[in-house]
Amino acid sequence: MQPNTQTVSSVTPLMVCTDIEPIAAHDNRKTVGEISVDNPRMSCRNVNVFYGEKQAINRVNLDIGRHEVIAMIGPSGCGKSTFLRCLNRMNDTIDSCRVTGEILLDNQNIYDKTLDVVPLRAQVGMVFQKPNPFPKSIYENVAYGPRIHGLSSSKSDLDIIVESSLHRAGLWNEVKDRLDQPGTGLSGGQQQRLCIARTIAVSPEVILMDEPCSALDPIATAKIEELIDELREEYTIAIVTHSMQQAARISQRTAYFHLGDLIEVGETNQIFTNPQHKLTEDYITGRFG
Amino acid sequence: MNLSTLLFTLAILCCFSFLIGKRRALTIAGGKRCNLHSLPGYYGYYASLWCAVPALIILALWTGFESSIITTLVTRDLPTELQNLPSDRLNLVINDIQNLVSGNIVSGEIDPTMRAAADHYQNLKQVSQAALTVLVLTLAILSALLAYRRIHKAQRARNGVERAIMFFLISCSSVAVFTTIGIVLSVLFEAIRFFQAVPISDFLFGLKWSPQMAIREDQVGSSGAFGAIPLFAGTLLISFIAMLVAAPTGLMAAIYLSEYASKKVRSITKPLLEILAGIPTVVYGFFAALVVAPFIRDSGGLIGLDVSSESALAAGLVMGVMIIPFVSSLSDDAINAVPQAMRDGSYGLGATHSETICQVIIPAALPGIVGGLLLAVSRAIGETMIVVMAAGLSANLTANPLQAVTTVTVQMVTLLVGDQEFDSPKTLAAFALGLMLFVTTLALNMVALHVVRKYREQYE
Repeated sequence: MQPNTQTVSSVTPLMVCTDIEPIAAHDNRKTVGEISVDNPRMSCRNVNVFYGEKQAINRVNLDIGRHEVIAMIGPSGCGKSTFLRCLNRMNDTIDSCRVTGEILLDNQNIYDKTLDVVPLRAQVGMVFQKPNPFPKSIYENVAYGPRIHGLSSSKSDLDIIVESSLHRAGLWNEVKDRLDQPGTGLSGGQQQRLCIARTIAVSPEVILMDEPCSALDPIATAKIEELIDELREEYTIAIVTHSMQQAARISQRTAYFHLGDLIEVGETNQIFTNPQHKLTEDYITGRFG
Repeated sequence: MNLSTLLFTLAILCCFSFLIGKRRALTIAGGKRCNLHSLPGYYGYYASLWCAVPALIILALWTGFESSIITTLVTRDLPTELQNLPSDRLNLVINDIQNLVSGNIVSGEIDPTMRAAADHYQNLKQVSQAALTVLVLTLAILSALLAYRRIHKAQRARNGVERAIMFFLISCSSVAVFTTIGIVLSVLFEAIRFFQAVPISDFLFGLKWSPQMAIREDQVGSSGAFGAIPLFAGTLLISFIAMLVAAPTGLMAAIYLSEYASKKVRSITKPLLEILAGIPTVVYGFFAALVVAPFIRDSGGLIGLDVSSESALAAGLVMGVMIIPFVSSLSDDAINAVPQAMRDGSYGLGATHSETICQVIIPAALPGIVGGLLLAVSRAIGETMIVVMAAGLSANLTANPLQAVTTVTVQMVTLLVGDQEFDSPKTLAAFALGLMLFVTTLALNMVALHVVRKYREQYE
């Protein structure tokens, strides 16, 4: 860790969004609100992310509780997606990306050198912004994860996993007659639910969602939101969203990011009705972002 | 005026009409551009197009038909005994007359009739030149004047110029199309002449290739055989060996380059690999004949195999190396075209690098890869130099890669090298082979294009 980052404003902030007020106007960039929860599923401490020389995430501390939906909001380029991708080490695929600090999943540091990333990504699944089903059949799309992790011992096992995953993703009734047809032939909303089913099929503990509804129409969005609410009973969900209404509808806690800093975190109701930090208030009331 | 002076004058006229056209447009508009439909320059272009295009068309037509018309006129005035000569002798006489005019060496004695005909030819040519000059320049000036007169405020000069540009572009693109059609037709007609001498079924299904025609009836070995099967078998054998080398190597190289190699390695390795495609095939040819073929023969001898010094294996191996860059670069493109989202989706489920490549990326890129492979096959089938040097000339119908075979392209080369008689089926056979080869590679290319196109629709 850098020893001199107590005076946070001395660290050159990322000027990604030049159209918003300079950071100096809000000198206090320490996270407002309660970052820790009891018995967290994931726990992040002093997380910094660098792309080459540029710092994209600056000393973020945040706990993610069990069976909660935590929404991450903030203007474009604020680092919320980057932070989300740290949680299952998807940033490893980007060469120039470097992560420091500690992220615990069930008290195990996922950035530990000895940790294998393959089981980690099975435990922490991810749903992406654009639906990205593989150019395979619907069945094969869902069976892909269980196959590579050897979760099924027989064909009938696999059938059960596929069926239950599609059930839980609310897609079974729509596709049960055409499991052998290509997943790319489904509508956008169905494709996204297929991707959720694909993620559920490897029985993760945490599901990360990176703006899962931004490419969908309102009806498909409503279905996904309903699904997220149901999934909360079994999984922990961290979701990045651009829609504050969506964050308010589906999440229990909300974290507001600004230019790589976690500005405020708290109960969703409280964040949207009574934000403590000036930046959060400006964003939520639509003064920028 | 000779042709180049005429063209130069025409160019000057065009520039002039551009200037006066532009000036006239400005004058009409009272110096204000906003009164005009188009920018003043367009009126200039409009005038100069009118000046140039009709004149150029007449010029082209005149030049195209000039010599044949003059020849007809000269022939008509020749003495009757010359006119009654058979057509090939008559051609010779006319050739001599033309040579006399241009001052070249003529075939026989110059007699007074020839001299008179040559003078006649010369006269006609001069008259034609003068007429052409007058006609072209008058036409250019008249049509430019007409265009100049027609310029008015609301005239859509821009649209006219745009249309002219479109026709120019169309004519450029049709050059390629008509060239292809021309080649196909010429090959087709010669091939039809061949099939008049040799039945098409003998050619397509014959198992023996021995292209010779008897000069005398009682000649030894006078019977030629034109069965194309051994040639196509040889072509397929060598192409198969080449693909056996190129397909796996090229594909693996593409996977390494696009998925594993760091940016630095990629920036060095990819150009190096593409240098392979830049080596002239004749260099590959002597490499195959002088290095690879003896090596295969010697190492075959060590393990007791009888390998001929020119073998299908040697040619196929070297040809395979030659087409590696084709396969790798097209596969590389196909693999890179697989969206990053596919990779992310697979990694996000905990798949490893190689699992992602085998189960997601290759299946997604497969149509593109297949398209690349098919293009490589048609390249291998059409390849000539390597097989001429390394595969041999004997038309063996064999599947043994250690023997010498011959290919379609090799036989076409041997049939057409040296002095040829173009009324003999022996020579015409080359055209029939060419037609077959053309049809084969065309079909392969069409399949490849179809596959590639289908693939494109998948992600866009």
